[in-house]
Amino acid sequence: MKILVGYKRVVDYNVRIQVKPDGTGVVTDGVKLSANPFDDIALEEALRLREMGVAEEVVVVGIGPADLTAHLRNGLAMGANRAIHVVTTDAVQPLTAARIFQKLIEKEQPGLVILGKQAIDDDANQTGQMLAALWDRPQATFASKVEIADGKAMVTREVDAGLEVIEAELPAVITTDLRLNEPRFIKLPDIMKAKSKPIDTIEFASLGVEANDHLKTTHYAAPAKRSKGVMVKDAAELVAALKQKGLL
Amino acid sequence: MSKILVIAEHLDGKLNSSTARAVSAAAAIKPEAIDVLVLADNVDAVAAEAAKIEGVSRVLTIARAENVHPLAAVLAPQIAKAAAGYSHAFAPSTTFGKDVLPRVAALLGVAQVSDVMSVEGAHTFKRPIYAGNAIITVEADANTTVVATIRTASWAAAATGANNAPVEALSVDVALPSHTRFVELQSGKSDRPDLQSACKVVSGGRGVGSKENFEIIFKFADKIGAAVGASRAAVDAGYVPSDLQVGQTGKIIAPELYIAIGISGAIQHLTGIKDAGTIVAINKDGEAPIFEIADIGLVGDLFKIIPELEQAL
Repeated sequence: MKILVGYKRVVDYNVRIQVKPDGTGVVTDGVKLSANPFDDIALEEALRLREMGVAEEVVVVGIGPADLTAHLRNGLAMGANRAIHVVTTDAVQPLTAARIFQKLIEKEQPGLVILGKQAIDDDANQTGQMLAALWDRPQATFASKVEIADGKAMVTREVDAGLEVIEAELPAVITTDLRLNEPRFIKLPDIMKAKSKPIDTIEFASLGVEANDHLKTTHYAAPAKRSKGVMVKDAAELVAALKQKGLL
Repeated sequence: MSKILVIAEHLDGKLNSSTARAVSAAAAIKPEAIDVLVLADNVDAVAAEAAKIEGVSRVLTIARAENVHPLAAVLAPQIAKAAAGYSHAFAPSTTFGKDVLPRVAALLGVAQVSDVMSVEGAHTFKRPIYAGNAIITVEADANTTVVATIRTASWAAAATGANNAPVEALSVDVALPSHTRFVELQSGKSDRPDLQSACKVVSGGRGVGSKENFEIIFKFADKIGAAVGASRAAVDAGYVPSDLQVGQTGKIIAPELYIAIGISGAIQHLTGIKDAGTIVAINKDGEAPIFEIADIGLVGDLFKIIPELEQAL
């Protein structure tokens, strides 16, 4: 079985993002970029499935400008067999990303697609679900445990009510929650090895995918600030303050 | 004019309060009609509850054996069919809504607006990005159905009781897949108030130290009638189950009172509580970032302070 893994590059999760004063966007120049944390988890899971003999090949897929190659090399250094780079300078919305994956699936015929549950930049949490719909295959979102046997995936999902277990026939789309695994660190020799692994480059325009930006972002703003709080010196004072506010 | 379809979320024959929050967001558009869609095997109890929500015009039901569990692959084709003729389809931005609605959007060939915080117009919405560190205004295409999930923490639940909307059975002719099957739900059920709808929440973090020590948090919460939450650190350390996690990757909540105990206040956690009415922080580190957003802060050892709080109540 072949596994496709979505591997998005985003502003590093430790960066405190700044909104441009004119409201046209957030400051991304010179800001550290990293793999979307949920995508690292997706790749780790795919690699573990390969190590268990469930899969033979793991392919990371990135969508973005020419310099995305360096990011994809990280995925190869982590252990992916090869990478596919869909080249576009435009930001891609989830439906377009799902349509791109649909095209790649037609060509690659994977048994499983693993994506992060959301990207920490747009926080959309849509691409995996949209892809499963377009592909007309099962989706197992927010996965915290995956077991694959007999052409089926048994997936434990983190839902508001607790943990839900579902069974999905393969091929299927799985999206990863934080607790699925702990991604491995990249070792120096693997970085060297990754340099000789193949990256297929595909021009976005050649895929025949309609880029539909149904959503237009017209303004960016910083969130409203909370007013400055007060410090109290002991428990009695805290209880008195809360009682005064009618909260206790 | 707008006609809005709100997808009801329910469990064990009870309507989730997140549905009434989505109805509030729908009402903000001042539409011609707000219809609530209930998909279940047995729809009656949930439909009756939904009919009481103020502002609801009609409750539509699709009763099918396949709808016994909320599987996105099964529900989405039915919702997509039912959404024909509606200008908007809304669902709460809970794990249920996040799972099913993008699948609906893709079937309709439209984009989705995730986590609507405010309605600026029938096609203009505000939503958070970068873990709530920026708020964007987005415009959806006015020529297609607007598919959106509603950030429950941003909307009060629509009042319930006075309304008596008609309930109508809907039949949608659509083949349902059998490739996805429900196996079981392991719920961390308790008698405590539900974390997402509670008006008071007490949360513990890594500072609590162990699973055993977390009892002190549960005890204190029970004493003031609060739900219990936790930071990711406390969940990862195994102190409490993951359904208690508050933050960007857990639950986003907006209680009237939030008491953070032994939580330093990582950016991902703050995202989950930013809209709380009053935030209280108790931490032994006076430099902890949680104090930057707390309305009332108390520096000290939680194991000393909590018993003192219980005394002072």
